[in-house]
Amino acid sequence: MSNRIVAPSPHLHGDFSTSRIMRDVVIALVPAFAFSVFIYGLSAVWVTGIAILSCMLFEWLIDRLMLRRASTIGDWSAVVTGTLLAFNLPANISPWLIILGSLVAIGVGKMSFGGLGRNLFNPALVGRVFLLISFPVQMTMFPDTAGVDAITGATPLAFVKEALKTGTPVTEIMPNIDLGGMLFGFKDGSMGEIGALALLIGGLYLLIRKVITWRIPVFVLGSMAVFAAILWLVNPEQYMNPLFHLFAGGAMLGAIYMATDYVTSPMTKAGQVIYAIGIGVITILIRVWGAYPEGISFAILIMNATVPLINMYVKPSRFGGSTPKKK
Amino acid sequence: MLKTFRLGGVHPHDYKLSKDAAIRVFDVPQTVVIPLGQHIGAPATAAVKKGDKVLVGDVIGTATGFVSANIHSSVSGTVTAVDLAPDGGNLRKPAVTIAVEGDEWNPAIDRTDTLIKECSLEPKEIIAKIAAAGVVGLGGATFPTQVKLSVPPGKTAEMLIINGVECEPYLTADYRLMLERGEELLVGCVILMRALGVGKCYIGIENNKPQAISNLKSLIVANGYEGIEVVPLKMQYPQGGEKQLIAAITKREVPSGALPIDVGAVVQNVGTTYAVYQAVQKNRPIVDRIVTVTGKLLSTPSNLLVRIGTPINTLIEACGGMPADTGKVINGGPMMGRAMANIEAPVTKGTSGVLLMDEKSSVRGGEMACISCAKCVDVCPMGLEPYLISKLSKLGLYERLEGERTADCIECGCCSFTCPSNLPLLDYIRLGKAETMKLIRARQAK
Repeated sequence: MSNRIVAPSPHLHGDFSTSRIMRDVVIALVPAFAFSVFIYGLSAVWVTGIAILSCMLFEWLIDRLMLRRASTIGDWSAVVTGTLLAFNLPANISPWLIILGSLVAIGVGKMSFGGLGRNLFNPALVGRVFLLISFPVQMTMFPDTAGVDAITGATPLAFVKEALKTGTPVTEIMPNIDLGGMLFGFKDGSMGEIGALALLIGGLYLLIRKVITWRIPVFVLGSMAVFAAILWLVNPEQYMNPLFHLFAGGAMLGAIYMATDYVTSPMTKAGQVIYAIGIGVITILIRVWGAYPEGISFAILIMNATVPLINMYVKPSRFGGSTPKKK
Repeated sequence: MLKTFRLGGVHPHDYKLSKDAAIRVFDVPQTVVIPLGQHIGAPATAAVKKGDKVLVGDVIGTATGFVSANIHSSVSGTVTAVDLAPDGGNLRKPAVTIAVEGDEWNPAIDRTDTLIKECSLEPKEIIAKIAAAGVVGLGGATFPTQVKLSVPPGKTAEMLIINGVECEPYLTADYRLMLERGEELLVGCVILMRALGVGKCYIGIENNKPQAISNLKSLIVANGYEGIEVVPLKMQYPQGGEKQLIAAITKREVPSGALPIDVGAVVQNVGTTYAVYQAVQKNRPIVDRIVTVTGKLLSTPSNLLVRIGTPINTLIEACGGMPADTGKVINGGPMMGRAMANIEAPVTKGTSGVLLMDEKSSVRGGEMACISCAKCVDVCPMGLEPYLISKLSKLGLYERLEGERTADCIECGCCSFTCPSNLPLLDYIRLGKAETMKLIRARQAK
């Protein structure tokens, strides 16, 4: 009794904790992981396992040997980074590239800024984009999901981009696109890109657990859909319809799991809307006119860079209205 | 759709362990220590000296200036000291110590339970009686009530709002009052409406207290109280905050730096309203108050009617004694109450509850890095950015704090409550707020 604790209020704490949040993100990714195991078999397990383990190892090594501090892997954030990185890779990628990608994600993307909470860019995307630019061939050769034989196929986005480049009108491309199949995951792509539905289920879990709010995913996907719809209405022969854009590529993965990363997204509701619309618009710009068939990784990284500026200027809705101007 | 306020808020579990415990009169102690500063504003000036004989209800401290309050003896006996006594934080503050002899009351006080409904006093007379009785905000803020009722020239009160929210977890003093002294409370509303010259009174109660809502509603209908309306509110902390309550009931938000009267509202707590009834109709000053004594490990969580100046440790003993596993003793509720260093400190007008917390829940979780989750921004009921204010304050960048509206902070603790990284956000915000107020005062002094 003599050691009674005296501290300022509040004396209660809610049930949120950083590691609980990160664990929830990992749980939310389980359906998509199970689906990619179903499609790609054991190789999906290998890719994810190697990515998670190497992300944790690099964080531990950097903490202990370079920063000389207690290890931070207990906060589960390295597990999240590893899982998300794996989901951005083809299932047949070489283990060495996974390890290299993990080193860049954790080392350059996260720890060089000071670790969790200080990084400007989404670490998993830093790793992915590094690999995509450095090893474009290995990063865009996907095992075929449609057939049993393991021929490598192009993603729907790459297929459409190529076809449009050669002047094929959309009406001739559409018969080759199976939108329903894309929703349920029977399309080629990175491990986490292929099952839009599985990703949506995980997203719902995150919403229920209050880990994320609806704003960022809805505004990313919504602005993509609106922008794509405008283009499609202007010229349906030259631009793909908005549904295709929503189900293709990493739209779901990016909107639900990558753009919502706390550290690299804005602090206020209005700021989050601006950021999300920026991601949606830039994604479509890159997909339609850019050099790459998929643009959401670049779009998120570009908007990550604007977050400090957004935080500086976009303030929350104040109680009692905005600050009166000084006379 | 039940009403609530627009921005932020959290939902702590309410733990109303003592809600079914009827108000119990606590024994008069042998000695009381009555602090002269039990309210916001200047401490009262001692009106007695060592050796004086006093009766219950005698003035022992007179208000020093406009924002101050009278202090009355809560017992009869002999003044043994007028000096400094340690408060809950072990700071020595001016106080009057009285050795109790019997229980003789000042004859002017009507101690019967008879309900007196009629009040034909003029507003000025009502306010004078309230001031004489030393009534202050009994919800815990302890702002002198007569000051709130004196509407400054150029401003008009449109409505009276009665705060029956009791949004702090654990506390049930106001709840029991609404159940057991409902009609006195309503007469108190009528008196306050008369003092303010308003025809409308809203009583805000959260929907976790359905019995209080239905009790007051049926009393209003049965006895024809005109202009008084019970407003059930959706449970959300800090709805008992004055500005949040006004916003929940009227949708009007008090602008930054302004007062409730600027949007036409005057807010009084239910405990205060009951004290107003007693002061005006019964000539009874504040000599006691209802205190919730509670905690998960306490054997009998209770609502006690306690004389002001009673040592807090005796209340704990009367409710089953201090559990061995007690880490913290809190004066007030868990969200805004003060952890006490000295549990022998006296009950004052602002003591709404005594809460015992076990050791495990008394220790804060380890701080981790801020992950910019924005939860503190989402829950801030004032629309501030706690992470930013806290960081600026930590870095000593005080000149930037005013622009971030730091002075608006109501210190409700939602930010620290919700932070997944266990950051002491409010600790730093308090520091920054104090510095901001200093800057503002220095500018006004020029």
